[in-house]
Amino acid sequence: MIIAVASGKGGTGKTTVATSLALSLSAQDRAVSFLDCDVEAPNAHLFLQPEFQHTRAVNRLTPQVDEEKCSGCGRCAEVCQYHAIVVLGGKTLVFPELCHGCGSCTLECPEKTITEIPEKLGILEAGYTPEGIAFARGLLDVGEPMAVPIIHQLKKWQPFQPQGIAIWDSPPGTSCPVVASIRGANYLLLVTEPTPFGLHDLKLAAQLGTELEIPAGVIVNRDGVGDTRLDEFCQQAGIPILMRIPLEREIGAGVAQGKSLVEIRPEYRARFQEMFAQIEAVCAAEAQK
Amino acid sequence: MKQLVILSGKGGTGKTSVTAAFAHLAAEGEVSIRAVLADADVDAANLELVLSPKVEEREDFWGGQVAQIDPQTCSECGTCIEVCRFDAIYPCPRPLSPWEGGESYWIDPIACDGCAACVYQCPEGAITMQPQLAGEWFQSQSRYGPLFHAALRPAQENSGKLVTVIKQHARLLTMDEGYHLVLVDGPPGIGCPVISAVSGADLALIVAEPTVAGIHDMHRVLQVTDHFGVKALVCINKADIYLAGAAEIEAFCQEQGIEMVGRIPFDTTVTHAMVRGQPVTVYQPESPASQSLREVWRKVVDALERLA
Repeated sequence: MIIAVASGKGGTGKTTVATSLALSLSAQDRAVSFLDCDVEAPNAHLFLQPEFQHTRAVNRLTPQVDEEKCSGCGRCAEVCQYHAIVVLGGKTLVFPELCHGCGSCTLECPEKTITEIPEKLGILEAGYTPEGIAFARGLLDVGEPMAVPIIHQLKKWQPFQPQGIAIWDSPPGTSCPVVASIRGANYLLLVTEPTPFGLHDLKLAAQLGTELEIPAGVIVNRDGVGDTRLDEFCQQAGIPILMRIPLEREIGAGVAQGKSLVEIRPEYRARFQEMFAQIEAVCAAEAQK
Repeated sequence: MKQLVILSGKGGTGKTSVTAAFAHLAAEGEVSIRAVLADADVDAANLELVLSPKVEEREDFWGGQVAQIDPQTCSECGTCIEVCRFDAIYPCPRPLSPWEGGESYWIDPIACDGCAACVYQCPEGAITMQPQLAGEWFQSQSRYGPLFHAALRPAQENSGKLVTVIKQHARLLTMDEGYHLVLVDGPPGIGCPVISAVSGADLALIVAEPTVAGIHDMHRVLQVTDHFGVKALVCINKADIYLAGAAEIEAFCQEQGIEMVGRIPFDTTVTHAMVRGQPVTVYQPESPASQSLREVWRKVVDALERLA
């Protein structure tokens, strides 16, 4: 059972929801694992405080050309779709930051002068939280553009025994890193706020869920802050509103200090547990289809 | 001509509200600065919601290509699966002739990275690249000057490339028509669209939030501006929600020699302005947030002038 937490707009409370859901389920003695897929700006570790025991580099294979053997024929530049390898004045130049590591140039080189060398893009880290949640995250190196390969590697990484319920905290937006994060989940939990920005981006995120055929539900955070157009949209689109978290200074101040919602307001634990039961029922019905 | 980019690392710290206020203050504030606006958050573009732009031109944005197999030509050799490093190719029943049985292969357009390795390796020449319509971009006239913005379709790649397209057009118009400033509303994170938004900028303003998550991500984005040699200023938004956090940001900036250009208090008029579709400095010019934003803008203008 995998629940992905996404939003469209940033800063709506994805990590607040994802970490509190994980803590609430763990409090019921369920086996829970947590992946922080926001590899550009990961924050879940600040709330769950895992102790990292495992770490690994994520590399991309980039071409290295043996200048002595290279005939400068330019076939590599012809097949490269990313303009990461060019031939200038008979000399072959590689731009590693543009390379996607597909290996096409290596396969096509008629002289077999290309070897692939690993180039670091970021790291993966994993460990247990004090509650026993199996936690893993990815971290993109500064200056590296490509988050997607790190997210893919993170999702394949198995430093622990597979756990019962997996929670995937996704990055904001609706483009490729979000797709890489939520793909394969059984349920999409969309966290938004009732503002024009929140609604605009929620519509895109909901569309993404439909395209990937993942059933979705909404959590309204900072309820009461904006207007009622969000409720109208959810009703029209047939997306259930699973929970409302009111705009309260105490919650905002607690989260600012790195406290989870269930620590600030313990009564939310039961609400998250009930919400999970609802999600489980939806997923069971989906599986029947 | 100068280029100013608004960034944050963490999402939802108030980049777009700050950008909208700056657009208004540049057009109608004490000092007139003719600015061209660009929304570089192409997969969650919100600046248009507060600037009521009239679209004057729209263009399709073609993203990367995606490979497609012709099941009639496919000989089921499996070479494509072997060479694909993006786990995008799967065996599937031959769709057009189920009575003959047998298998073909299917390329998942979402997983396909567009590398074309399979195209070159397929011995039957059964795979071709298909261009993908990834979104649109617009040149609009907003209340406070020309606006370049886009709508990337959900699940599309190449948001960095689209950011580059928008910024190029904003820059060209700025030069052609003698504008002073390109004001870029940046995306969250530190990856490809952020790098495209930062590249070529003269100055970055980081909108930091005094929360553990906001501070963590402010450090990340400051490393990015530093990496690309772009000077950065910091302002704190919702500065009074966690005073210890705000003090930590100020201490850090002082230690690193980063100019701190203001504290914007938490103020619900910012959200009310957004609901009305206006910059807060228009909706309630005397609200605490508007007053601080004018102060921040003055300091940013000073810093831009000092660059020259």
